[in-house]
Parts: sequence; structure tokens; C-alpha cells
Amino acid sequence: MADADKVNWQTGKQEIIDINSLTNQFKRVDEYAVSPDGDKIAVLGQAEDDTFTAIVNGEKWPESFELAWYLRFTPHGHLICLARIDDMWTLVVDGKPWENRFEFIWNPQFAKNSPAIALAYKSEFEYGVVVDDKPWENRFQAMRDFTLSPDGKHTAATVQVEPLGEADVFKFFEGVWSVAVDGKAWDSKYINTWRPIFSPDNSSVAAEIRTDIADYSLSVDSRDWSQKYGCVWEPVFSPDGSKVVAPVRHEGAWRMAANGELIWKTRFSQLWKPQFAPGGKKLAAIGSVEFGRWTIVIDDRPWGQTFRDMVLEPVFSPDGNRAAAVVKDENRWTICADGKTWHQDFDMVWDPVFTADSARVLAKVEKDGKYHLAADGSLKMGGFDKFWDPVVEPDGNNLLLRYIEDGKYIREVKKVSDLLG
Amino acid sequence: MAEVRGFDESKVDDAGLNESIKKLTPEKIQRVVQRVFNKESAARLQVYLNTCVHCGLCAEACHTYVSRDHDPRFAPVSKVRDTIWELIKNKGKVEPEKIKDMARIAFTECGACRRCSMYCPFGIDIAYLILVMRRICNLLGVVPKYLQDTTNSHAATMNQMWVHQDEWIDTLQWQEEEAQFEMPNVRIPLDKEGADVMYSVIAPEPKILAQLLGNMAQIMTVAGIDWTMPATDGWDNSNMAMYSGDFEVMGRVEKLHWETAARLKVKKVVMGECGHAFRGAVYDGPRWLGWQYPPIPMVHAIEFYYDLLKSGRIKVKEKYKEHVTVQDPCNTVRGRGLGHKLRYVIDQLCENFTDIDPRFEHNYCCGAGGGTINCGPPWKPTRMRSTRVKAEQFERTGAGVIITPCHNCHSGIEDIVGHYGLGMHVKFINEIMVDVMEKPEDMG
Ligand code: SF4
Ligand code: SF4
Ligand code: SF4
Repeated sequence: MADADKVNWQTGKQEIIDINSLTNQFKRVDEYAVSPDGDKIAVLGQAEDDTFTAIVNGEKWPESFELAWYLRFTPHGHLICLARIDDMWTLVVDGKPWENRFEFIWNPQFAKNSPAIALAYKSEFEYGVVVDDKPWENRFQAMRDFTLSPDGKHTAATVQVEPLGEADVFKFFEGVWSVAVDGKAWDSKYINTWRPIFSPDNSSVAAEIRTDIADYSLSVDSRDWSQKYGCVWEPVFSPDGSKVVAPVRHEGAWRMAANGELIWKTRFSQLWKPQFAPGGKKLAAIGSVEFGRWTIVIDDRPWGQTFRDMVLEPVFSPDGNRAAAVVKDENRWTICADGKTWHQDFDMVWDPVFTADSARVLAKVEKDGKYHLAADGSLKMGGFDKFWDPVVEPDGNNLLLRYIEDGKYIREVKKVSDLLG
Repeated sequence: MAEVRGFDESKVDDAGLNESIKKLTPEKIQRVVQRVFNKESAARLQVYLNTCVHCGLCAEACHTYVSRDHDPRFAPVSKVRDTIWELIKNKGKVEPEKIKDMARIAFTECGACRRCSMYCPFGIDIAYLILVMRRICNLLGVVPKYLQDTTNSHAATMNQMWVHQDEWIDTLQWQEEEAQFEMPNVRIPLDKEGADVMYSVIAPEPKILAQLLGNMAQIMTVAGIDWTMPATDGWDNSNMAMYSGDFEVMGRVEKLHWETAARLKVKKVVMGECGHAFRGAVYDGPRWLGWQYPPIPMVHAIEFYYDLLKSGRIKVKEKYKEHVTVQDPCNTVRGRGLGHKLRYVIDQLCENFTDIDPRFEHNYCCGAGGGTINCGPPWKPTRMRSTRVKAEQFERTGAGVIITPCHNCHSGIEDIVGHYGLGMHVKFINEIMVDVMEKPEDMG
């Protein structure tokens, strides 16, 4: 969470509001959102006159809209939703609509290191990205995956740069797709490009490319790797920006590559979602060492335990020495940390969260329709109707819990040692 | 019954085959054939080819062969003999013109329906062999134009019909409004994290059959299901790349679909009434990606409706009165054994049902599957020639409505009904269910 220093970390339990007092004001309520600091809870609802608006801690936004959806708090604590006004769409931030109106907007994205908000937009049947109410000047016939730089100042997207006639398969294979950065397309065209991503210093963009029917590679700032592969998945930059790393399919097996060279020896039957540890000391990914069995691989070494159904993205501890991931085996969800699986399993598990000292692993879990906080494999508190991911005080000993219990929204700060012993 | 006269399959004008072979050289063909035989399919291919004793028991199983008056060229084993077999014999040394013939056979004369495998004493999977041929065609760039275009759409947009991201969301929003005329409290919850069910569909639903989404919203609401649909790519569960031989694109589409379900933290995925999409999302897609089973349970609409009716979450007010029969889609009935559940659903919803014969896993394919209908208008006469047995099967039932819980079957059977003048209507279960179900008072 951004602005963690502004959070009130005083321990104690605080009832913020009775949920009924929010929902009673609407004929229907569909979305709940809770601020990262836990101070606010908002709902989006449809009033008797069929307009939509939000209520935050009991206070209605001044304006209401023909239609509204996607009520969320940004990581910087602003409450947003997408709203239709006079048949045009805009973003509403803390109750105030942006100046620009669009035929359509969707898929809000938030910057890592700034309060910037970006959206995909459509105007006059063309597509672009808008950041903080400033739309790209250039628009494209089609656009998919877009991404926002960590500082929120730049955006990149996969864009269609040439017209394509109906069922024109030949033109398609000449390449009509590219990557646009801040609305300006790269010179090179590809059969496909996917998932552009920014370097940590916001200066470079890497993307997956397809250059022939079954030839795939990576491109960084429009300079393609010279090697071609049977397939590639999502690249990542190393934290110092010196390397672009991506899983590639090479001679029938998945391998890890960096800057076009194979870096891991193991041949995986699948490998995806590479992640660097803070500081770049380690590289983790989800891998399948034998067909149908999944695990986390760190620096080319798979954990001993494997799982049948699914393994989700690894999460590193703040010191970079530990890692944990959501795993699923025989349709039961749990967490595996450093290769050791929790004994308890659950109906659903959210991403693991490490404590500030990297010693403990927490997660929001669901069991029999209720939500709980689990730590290192056992339930610590819960039975909540709704529960948001626990927030750990950076460099501190406290934990922020946000939940709905008996119809009340509660914000609670607890000492990690009190809770976990 | 209607005959397709004056139509010569070998002369069909399909640029995807006719133009692409101009760029081929015998060397390139050989390189690709070697790659597929030696690196991708070696073991299974050899076993099948060495096991076949050419007994011909599989021939009667094939709707193409039977519908074409038992023309031996259309027997399953002949299709393999004239494609894969020939390539193996010649070690891939064939002229481009030959590849065109092989592509025509593989893409338009076999629907990968797997009926023949059931009649083969060795269980040889002819459809698999045909798909290996298609893989070779894909790597050579020789694929019927319209099927290739569908695959290109998957690659560029992650859905089958070039649906833009805004069109998807917009369609769901107007379908929600439409459904609210019927039932004021209907919602289509978008991108709701932690819902029990993600409902996923194939792109023709938002593109041309949007009312099916509105229907499903009503069904979900009455049944009280905690559900959602994604507001980003990954909502399309169909996969024609599986049938054009582009396994890389097939894998990419399925990866995103399953990642989307995981992102939304749903406990299961319910998919709409589609046969090939089920195969792509449950079998072929996961396996290419390295999953032995789908990572999150996936339930086909037939099973979902069955559960809703069986548990009483959906009750029937008054049964549908028309005289109905049914199409058992190959991929869910032969492939998954859902024939009994399908009949339970029909019995609950309909008053007057005449079963098809043969039925269940023995049912004939509608001839639209395996990507054949996606080969587009140039090949429609071919499909019609290959489905006479299907038309006769329907005609014998005397029904007025054919229930088809599969999009491919639906479109293919509409063509059959038109071509053979059957005078029947084709319906999804969803359309009948929404008409006959009890809608509680307080839901409008
Ligand atoms: S269409 Fe069906 S029965 Fe005929 S050869 Fe192909 S898989 Fe076999
Ligand atoms: S039934 Fe089996 S063994 Fe006989 S010809 Fe057909 S595939 Fe070959
Ligand atoms: S279209 Fe229908 S009958 Fe035909 S293969 Fe698909 S599921 Fe089977």
C-alpha cells in the first residue's frame, strides 16, 4: 500500500459504520470497497430513481450517474468508479468526474509509485489510453493489453497499426500489430504483440512478439531478441533494469531466458510468471517439472513438493529470502511457503502476505462461506462476512485488519505478536 | 432429400489453401513434416499407424462416409491413408498441390468427432491423426481462410470474433438492462472477486446471440447463484486454434481463461452451451499447457442446468409444449458422458420429447464440429453433402424443435434444416428454460 506512513497504526478495534446505514439508502447495492488505510468503506448503489452513486462512511457523493460500476479504492486511497453521464463515460474520483467524456472507458490501472490512474478509452471508434484525464493524442483501430509505468507518467499498449480487411489472413501474417508507448507506435510491426511491461526506471518497454506462424520472441524498445522460440510468456525486468527475463519454449521444453540467452538448465514442461525478489537477488517462477505437477522454482531449483491443480504467482518476503504461493491440490486451496505446505486447506485462499520481519506468512482464507485470517497454516481470527487482505505495517509490528462482522464494518490494528504469539 | 449438385470439392476457391500453397516448396514441406513427426507426435502416431489392420469397421461410423453413399474415399481410414500415411511413406516428399488436397480432407471432410474410434476394435483415434495433419498444415500456413481468420482473432483479441474489449462490457450492460425488463433485480456482476462461479461463453454470444447472456442472467438470479463475468480478456472459452492446428495460440487463449478464473477467485467455472469449447477448455488446452486436469473445476451448461433442476433451485412452472428432439453434441456426450443428464434436463423442461436414434455416444455428429463450420461459406456445400444421415435422423423423429446444447451444432443444424427443408427449429436449452421456469413474485 502506498502512503503507509499516513495510516493510523494505533492498536485497537474501531467500528466505522453499520452497513445497513449504507445499504438502506439504495434499492440495490452491488459493490463494497474499503480504503487501504481502513478508515473508509464505500458502496455503490442504485437509488429509487434508478441513478447510481456511492456512499462513503454514510456520506453520499453529490453527483449521481445513469450507470456506474467498478467501485474501487486506489492503492493511494482514492475512491473511483466508472460512470455514464449523458450517454458518455468518464472516471469519477472521490465523487468528482473527470473533465473528458468518452464513448467508453474500462480497465482502470494504478501506478506503483504515484497516484496516477490510467484507463483504456474509445472515442470515435478508435482506441487509446487516458492517464489522469489526459488522453493519448493518437488513437488506434484496436488496442489490447495496456500497462502503466511505475511512476505513472507513461503508458504502453498493444495496438493495431494497419487496417485489416475482413478475413484478410495474408495481411494479418504480414504483421499489423505493434506496441505504442504514450500513443506513439514502435516502427516495427508484428503478427502479434502481447503484454508490454515497463522497466523499473520507467524508460524501457518489453513485450512478447510473434514473428511467424510458430516463431515467438521478445522485443525491448522495438529491438527484437535475435533468438526465436516455439513460444514465450510474460517478460519481467530485473529490479536494476539490466535484464529482461522470460520463459521461452526451446526444443520442446520450457526454459528461462535472460536478454536472449538461456539461463536455467532445467527443461520444464511448463514455466511462467517469473518474479524477482526485492533487490533482484533471486528469480522465482511457477514451473511444472513433470507433466501435470506444479511447483515454485527459485533460481532453477524446484521446491520438493508439487501440486496437481494449480500454483499461483510466488510472493517474496520483504528481505527477499523467503517465498510463498497459493497452491491447489485435488481441489483444495492452501499456501506453500519455502516448499513447505500448510497442513490446513481451505475453500479459497488469497495471496500470501509476509510480516515486515519476513518471519510469518499470513493470508485471507475462506472456509464454509466465512472469511478468516490464517497465519503459518492455522486460523487466527475470523468468521467474517467480508474481509479484506491484511495490511502489514512497513518496518513495524502491527497489522491492519478490515472486515465486516455482524453487519458492522470494523477496522482493527493488532500487534503481530499478540495475534500470532 | 436435397442433393448438392455441380459442386466439385477439389475446385473450391479458398485462398487459405489455393494461395498459400504457392509459397510452399517441397523442402519446406519436408522440414515441417519431419518436425511434426519426429519432435511433436512420434510415439502415439506410430502406435496408431502400426496397429490399424485396414479392416474398415470404422467406415460405417462416419457421417461423411454414410451420407455420401459409402464412397470409400470418405471412410475414416481412407482419410488417414490419403494424408498422414502418405506423408510418412514419402518421408514428407510431396508437392504443394498434394498438401492442398490433404488440407481439404483434414479440415473439411472430418469433424474430429471421434465416432469412428468407438467402432475400431483397437480404439484408434482417427481424429487425433487428422489433427496431426492439421498441425502440419498450420505450420505450412495452409488453412482454410475463414478458419484461419478465427484463429487470428483468438491470437489478437483472445476471443473468436474480433470482439473489442469495450463491446464485451457494453453488451453485458445492455443485456442486463434488457433482462431487467423481464426481472427488475437481475444483475450481471462484472469482475466480482470471490464469487462462487465464473460464467464464460464463446464470442458468438456477445456478437450475435446476446439474448443468451440475458437469459443466463435471469437463470442465475432465480437460482440464487453468486456469479460473475470477467471485465477483461479471458472471458471467451472457445478455441478454434485447437482445430486449425495452432497449438501455441490455443494454449495462450486457455492460459488467459484459467488465469482469469484464478484472478477472480472463483470456485468453479460454468460454461455456456458449447461442445468444442468444452473440449478446448477441459482437455486439449490444459494438456498443452501442462495440466492433466483443468486447474479449477469446469462445469458444462448441461451439468449446470441438471444441478439447478435436480436441486430445485430452478422450478418449472409449465413445461414447454412443442414436440422436441435433441442433438447429443460429440464433445460433451461422447466426450464427457452427459447424455443422461441432458435427457433429465429435457424431461424436466419439455412435455413432448422424442429421442433421436442412434443416440448418446452413438449419435451422429452434426458435421459442423472440429472447425468445419468455421471453414466458412466456400465449404458449406461440402458440409451439406456430409450430413444427409443427420438430416434423416432428425426427420425420423417427427419433432418440430431440435434442442442443441452446443453452438457449433446449433449453427450446423440450422444449415441442415434449411438445406434439407426439414421445417424444424433449433433451440438452446437456455431459451426454453427461461420461458418455462418459475420466477418468484418478488423478482418481478
Ligand atoms: S468425421 Fe468423425 S467419424 Fe468421420 S473420420 Fe472424422 S472423427 Fe471419424
Ligand atoms: S476400424 Fe480401426 S483398425 Fe479397422 S480400419 Fe478403422 S482404424 Fe483401422
Ligand atoms: S458441432 Fe456438435 S455434434 Fe458436431 S462435433 Fe461439435 S459438439 Fe459434435
